[in-house]
Amino acid sequence: MSNFVSSSIGKKFFMSITGFFLMMFLLVHLSINLLLIFDDSGELFNMGAHFMGTNPLIRIVEPILAIGFILHMAYAVYLTWQNMKARPVDYKQVNQKEASTWASRNMFVLGLLITSFLVLHIMNFYWKLKIEKSVGLVMVSGAEMHDAYTLVAGLFKSSLAYDLVYIFGAIVLGIHLTHGFWSAFQTMGWSGNLWRKRIEFVGNVFAIIIAIGFSIIPLYFIIRF
Amino acid sequence: MSEKILKEIKVRVWKQKNSTAKGKFETYTVHNISTDTSFLEMLDILNMQLVEEGKEPIVFDHDCREGICGTCSLFINGRAHGPDDDITTCQLHMRKFKDGETITVEPFRVGAFPVIKDLMVDRTAFEKILQAGGFVSVNTGGIPDGNAIPISYDDAEAAMDAASCIGCGACVATCKNSSAMLFVSAKVSHLARLPQGKIEASRRAKAMVAKMDELGFGNCSNTGACEVECPKGISIANIATLNREYLMAKIKD
Repeated sequence: MSNFVSSSIGKKFFMSITGFFLMMFLLVHLSINLLLIFDDSGELFNMGAHFMGTNPLIRIVEPILAIGFILHMAYAVYLTWQNMKARPVDYKQVNQKEASTWASRNMFVLGLLITSFLVLHIMNFYWKLKIEKSVGLVMVSGAEMHDAYTLVAGLFKSSLAYDLVYIFGAIVLGIHLTHGFWSAFQTMGWSGNLWRKRIEFVGNVFAIIIAIGFSIIPLYFIIRF
Repeated sequence: MSEKILKEIKVRVWKQKNSTAKGKFETYTVHNISTDTSFLEMLDILNMQLVEEGKEPIVFDHDCREGICGTCSLFINGRAHGPDDDITTCQLHMRKFKDGETITVEPFRVGAFPVIKDLMVDRTAFEKILQAGGFVSVNTGGIPDGNAIPISYDDAEAAMDAASCIGCGACVATCKNSSAMLFVSAKVSHLARLPQGKIEASRRAKAMVAKMDELGFGNCSNTGACEVECPKGISIANIATLNREYLMAKIKD
C-alpha cells in the first residue's frame, strides 16, 4: 500500500470512510435525542443517555468517533489547502452557478461552521456531563443516573438564542450532507449513471431527516415551554 | 436562425507577456460582427484590426476549428469554452452575445497549465499523464476479426463515450480545485472496459493517478462542474470507475 495515504484518491478515501462513519453516528445520535420530545418527565431520555454512557460497545466506539471527527477535519484542511495551491492565479470573473451546486462548492465553509457548532455543543453538554461532572443525579426505575434531561431541556427552555443556534447548526449540517452523502459513495466508486440519481435522492432524504430531526427538538421546547 | 449584425462588441482580454510576467486586462472594441461569426473568427477580425493599427495581436490556441482537436481553450464570461453547452470555443458563435456587451476572456487558470502568452496555455501536463499510462498489449499479425473479441454492447458504448475526450482541459479549468480527475478517469475507464486494455488496467490507474498528483493538480471534490463544461459531455460516472479501479489496484498490492 505504498503512497496510498499520500495519493489524492487515498486522502479522499479517508474523507469518505470517516464521512460514512459520522453519518451513522448522526442517525444513532438523532434517534436517542428524539426521546427528549416523547417524554416530558425526562425518564425516557435519561435512560437512553444512561445506556449510551454505560454500554461497553458504545464506550469502545466513542474514542473511535473522536478519531473519525479529527481525521475528517484534518483531511479537509489538507485537501482544501492543496486545492487552493493548485490554482495560484485566480480567475477574475467566474460563473459557477450553472455547473455545480452551492453546497458542493462550499463544503469546507460548511464544515467550519459545523466545527464551531460542535465546540459549542460539547461545551454545553458533554463537558458538563463527563469532564466537569456538574450534572445532578436522579433515580430512574431503580437505577441512579445523571439527569441529562434537565441539562438539555433546561438549556432549550431557558434560552431562545441557544434554540436558534441549534436549529441553525442542524440546517448547516443538512446542507453539508446534501453533497456529502452522495460524494462519499462516488469516492468509493459506488456510483454510476444509474445509481448516481438514486444515491443523490437517498442523500437528500437523509439530509432532510437530519436537518428536520435535530431542529424539531429545540423547536418543541420553544413552542411548548 | 437569421443573421444579425452586432454593431459594437467590447472584448476585455487578458494580456500576459510570458509565463512569469504579471498580466492585465486590455479592452478592445470591434464593430459590425455578424451573429454567424464564430468566437475565434471574431478574435481573428480583432487581430486583423490590431495588426492594421500597428499593435500586437492577441495570442490564443486554435487548430481544427470544428470541435475535435481540443486545442482551443479560453474562459469566456466566467465559463470554460464560453456560454453554451457541449461545445468547444471554436464552435461558439457570436449569436450567444448581445450587441454592446463587454465579453471577458481569460486563459485557463491552472497551476499545472502555465500561461505561455496572453490566452495560450501549456497543457503538456496532460501528455505527461498519458505517457505515464504506458502501453496497451496488442497482438501482432493480421487484423483480428472484429467478432472474435467479445465485448458487450454496453461496455463498447461506455468505452467509446469515455474515448471521446479530446483532452482540451476544460474540466480542469472549470474545477474549483483544478482537479484533472475527469480527464484521467476518461482515459482509464475507456481502456479498463475493453479486453485489450484489461491486462495493464491496474498498473495504468496507479501510474496515471500518481503522475496527476505529482504535477500539482487538485483533489476532486465531486462538484460535477467538469461534466457540465466538458465539450464532449463526459460523465463523472467515469470518475467513480477510476476510483474503483484505483482502490482495487491498491488492495491487490
